[in-house]
Amino acid sequence: MNVEIITPDKTLYKGEAELVQLPGIDGSFEILENHAPLISALAEGKVKIKKSGNEQFFDINGGVIEVLNNKVLILAQ
Amino acid sequence: MKMVAAAKLRKAQNAIITLRPYAAKLNEIMQNLSKSVDSPDENIYSAKRPADKVLIVAITSNRGLCGGFNINVVKRVISLIKEEYSSQYMLGNVKIMAIGKKGDEMLRAKGYAVEEAINDIFDKLTFENTVPIAEKLMKLFVYKEFDRIVLVYNRFKNAAVQILETEQYLPVKASDENEDNNGQDLKADYIFEPGKEEILESLIPKAIKLQLYKALLDSFAAEHGARMTAMHKATDNADQLIKDLNLAYNKARQAAITKEILEIVSGAEALKG
Repeated sequence: MNVEIITPDKTLYKGEAELVQLPGIDGSFEILENHAPLISALAEGKVKIKKSGNEQFFDINGGVIEVLNNKVLILAQ
Repeated sequence: MKMVAAAKLRKAQNAIITLRPYAAKLNEIMQNLSKSVDSPDENIYSAKRPADKVLIVAITSNRGLCGGFNINVVKRVISLIKEEYSSQYMLGNVKIMAIGKKGDEMLRAKGYAVEEAINDIFDKLTFENTVPIAEKLMKLFVYKEFDRIVLVYNRFKNAAVQILETEQYLPVKASDENEDNNGQDLKADYIFEPGKEEILESLIPKAIKLQLYKALLDSFAAEHGARMTAMHKATDNADQLIKDLNLAYNKARQAAITKEILEIVSGAEALKG
């Protein structure tokens, strides 16, 4: 699936990923391939992106996520 | 100067261009949400009160030499005070906040009291740095220090064109596009986590902060565009001036030489005779 993390200033991440772990308002959750369409608010925390065994972390200060047709768009702050 | 402005413009332009898709997406999600939530207007940031106390935020630049860029903002602020908010101004209920040194100086020079001046934001214009200002404005509105907050700034259209905007910042205006997309439903059956209202609630302050950042970025890019155009004109003018002066100098020199030759020739003629 395609993942994009953008902030008002820049694009933090753009590319393929197998797993995204997110700091939801009600707790952490993960998104895998073929996830159902989702819109959710995010709290402050770390976003983990897993791609072919490698893990990458990004700090975000809250935001919102939209998942649609294997496209994950994270509007971070 | 023109080259410097052009280089800075490119940077500022990139910043506003990367922001626009972000703002568009956020707006899209907000609109989808507010359509499906029953009472989207019941929000502390969209509470409509009679505009008794008004704050005008004038966004200008820190440096001059950019044509009519700053004076346009100042003129618009003054016309707002004199026309739209004249009755409130009589009662001393219109305050001015200046972002950018030039607007601060010009407004003071014209005899308008500037309540607060923020001059250092353009040194490092990032979203994080604008958040405190936005939060302050939001607080002023929520605690009823002001009933309406208006932004006056130059919107960046392209390097040569800046559009002067007067934008109501708070209370948040209900989107006019609602009527246009009435028939259009959500693209997909989204799951909302935790719930639509909660998401909307957390998004509205973000969108408000983003709006200020966008206005500042727009103004910043417009400033460099305006300076580039102004400096281009100045260079052209100087070139023309040099050309004219050169011509005048050469003409005068030639006239002097001709006169001298004439004198010598006529002197020689006189001796011969």
